[in-house]
Amino acid sequence: MSAHSTYDMLRHLADSWGLLLMTAIFVGLSAWPFRPGAKQLNREAATSIFKDESDV
Amino acid sequence: MVTALSRSSLWLVSLLIAVVACAAAVDTGFAIHMFIVALACIIGLIVTLRGVDLSKAILAPDQGRYDDDPIRWGVITTVFWGMAGFLAGLFIALQLALPVLNLGFEWTAFGRVRPLHTSAVIFAFGGNALIATSFYVVQRTCRARLAFPGLARFVFWGYQLFIVLAATGYLLGITQGKEYAEPEWYVDLWLTIVWVAYLAVFVGTIVKRTEPHIYVANWFYLSFIITVAMLHIVNNLNWPVSFVGSRSYPIFAGVQGALVQWWYGHNAVGFFLTAGFLAMMYYFVPKQAERPIFSYRLSIIHFWALIFLYIWAGPHHLHYTALPDWAQTLGMVFSVMLWMPSWGGMINGLMTLNGAWDKVRTDPIIRMMVMALAFYGMSTFEGPMMSIKSVNSLSHYTDWTIGHVHSGALGWNGMITFASIYYLVPRLWNQPRLYSLRMVNWHFWLATVGIVFYAASMWVAGITQGLMWREYGADGYLVNSFVETVAALKPMFFLRAFGGLLYLAGAVVMTVNVWRTILGHQRAEAPMSDAPYDPEKDRPVVAAAPAAA
Repeated sequence: MSAHSTYDMLRHLADSWGLLLMTAIFVGLSAWPFRPGAKQLNREAATSIFKDESDV
Repeated sequence: MVTALSRSSLWLVSLLIAVVACAAAVDTGFAIHMFIVALACIIGLIVTLRGVDLSKAILAPDQGRYDDDPIRWGVITTVFWGMAGFLAGLFIALQLALPVLNLGFEWTAFGRVRPLHTSAVIFAFGGNALIATSFYVVQRTCRARLAFPGLARFVFWGYQLFIVLAATGYLLGITQGKEYAEPEWYVDLWLTIVWVAYLAVFVGTIVKRTEPHIYVANWFYLSFIITVAMLHIVNNLNWPVSFVGSRSYPIFAGVQGALVQWWYGHNAVGFFLTAGFLAMMYYFVPKQAERPIFSYRLSIIHFWALIFLYIWAGPHHLHYTALPDWAQTLGMVFSVMLWMPSWGGMINGLMTLNGAWDKVRTDPIIRMMVMALAFYGMSTFEGPMMSIKSVNSLSHYTDWTIGHVHSGALGWNGMITFASIYYLVPRLWNQPRLYSLRMVNWHFWLATVGIVFYAASMWVAGITQGLMWREYGADGYLVNSFVETVAALKPMFFLRAFGGLLYLAGAVVMTVNVWRTILGHQRAEAPMSDAPYDPEKDRPVVAAAPAAA
């Protein structure tokens, strides 16, 4: 394959399926902390850095 | 004693290699660098032979204690390299206003001192702050002692050697000519080794954690370490002219080389100066405010959005060049999209103070953190705006860019680092408090006013420059010669240097404060805020004596 057709193929892959795949992964990862039941886990994670202040 | 013997032989072999490389060097710069490496080997050898007891920290560490030695060293080097970098910055700012300060030597010319300044502040000051705080935060949030203590010490000292080689190289004229990636091939290889060791220490500590959840600050630190490794390796794929010489050539050429360089350059901003410092923000701001982060969910969206968007923004450094138009537009669109997660992160940090806003008035460290977040927001708004092609056609190559970089670097990176240092020093040296909170307040105001002078003068300078460059007369010729635009900027150069002087003065105040805190001194001073009390007025009202009849 010539250099130009490699470029052409990659460029079209990038702005079609590549873009779709990346967007889907991004949306999935961003939606993950909003799944049902995650609220308590998020609260625990946010306050986990204060645990060392109340150790005996 | 086998270990001491084997370690000594390792130092001797390294020393031998460095001496041979020094003798066989094809250029002076490489010879000087190998001499520095040999000196480092001799220091290592002497330390080994004097029989430093490794058993406590490295061979049989107390797992019930945090490993804070490399962090203490890191805080000191952060302050030291910060002072060196700010001083170099002030020097080159004055060179621009007063060219006589180039002093007539090639080693002190602006072109050589400028990369010294940029690398000193970004990689030496910022890098030491990142390594030190990441070791601190990963241990505290994982509730586990640092993994691979020997390797952690190698990371610290290896990184200092990298800084010394890079800095001396710039003054000697050893450079790849790539912005923020100036060090030559052998220094790059050394940094790669150090960085892989850094990754091992960090990941090793996460693996041995006792806390089930990996706190979000560690995600930011990890993404910073991994991405910088990837960027550094790809952008420095060079082939040396001689294996005992300092010159090398990149395997990418032309516009591909330019794109790789700015893919590296912008993500150095995105992952070194943003992700890494956001990790500091996500730990130290909640800790100092004594409140959890406003929204943990938002912090995760902030994280993934930075990861997915930043990596595409590099082409905005190459607007109106030979880079294909679609790639320029892609860089612009992703840069503009970055505005949203950046402001999400800023809001997340600021809203952490919800219900505790009085701390901005009473706690100068919180005040510094708030100012850092404000500058994070301001520069992440300015950046996307400047990446828009039509704005960029005015701003590109002008001092506006310099102003933008400094509002991010001095305002965001500097302020959040200073605040983290003030948080860390009393804890690391086991002191009840800082030497002086009022000096923190002085530092805050000197730095803030310094940044205002810097950013404002560079806005005026940049826009003046941009408008003068593009001004055509009725005859279709450019109105201004280049030197006329330089002359027009001269007052702005002085104002910028004044801003830099104030910022440096603030750093001097910090150095004294940190130093005296480490020595265990406490300044006798009035508290920052107190409810008013006047003993004169603290008495009952006596009814006035009736007037004489």
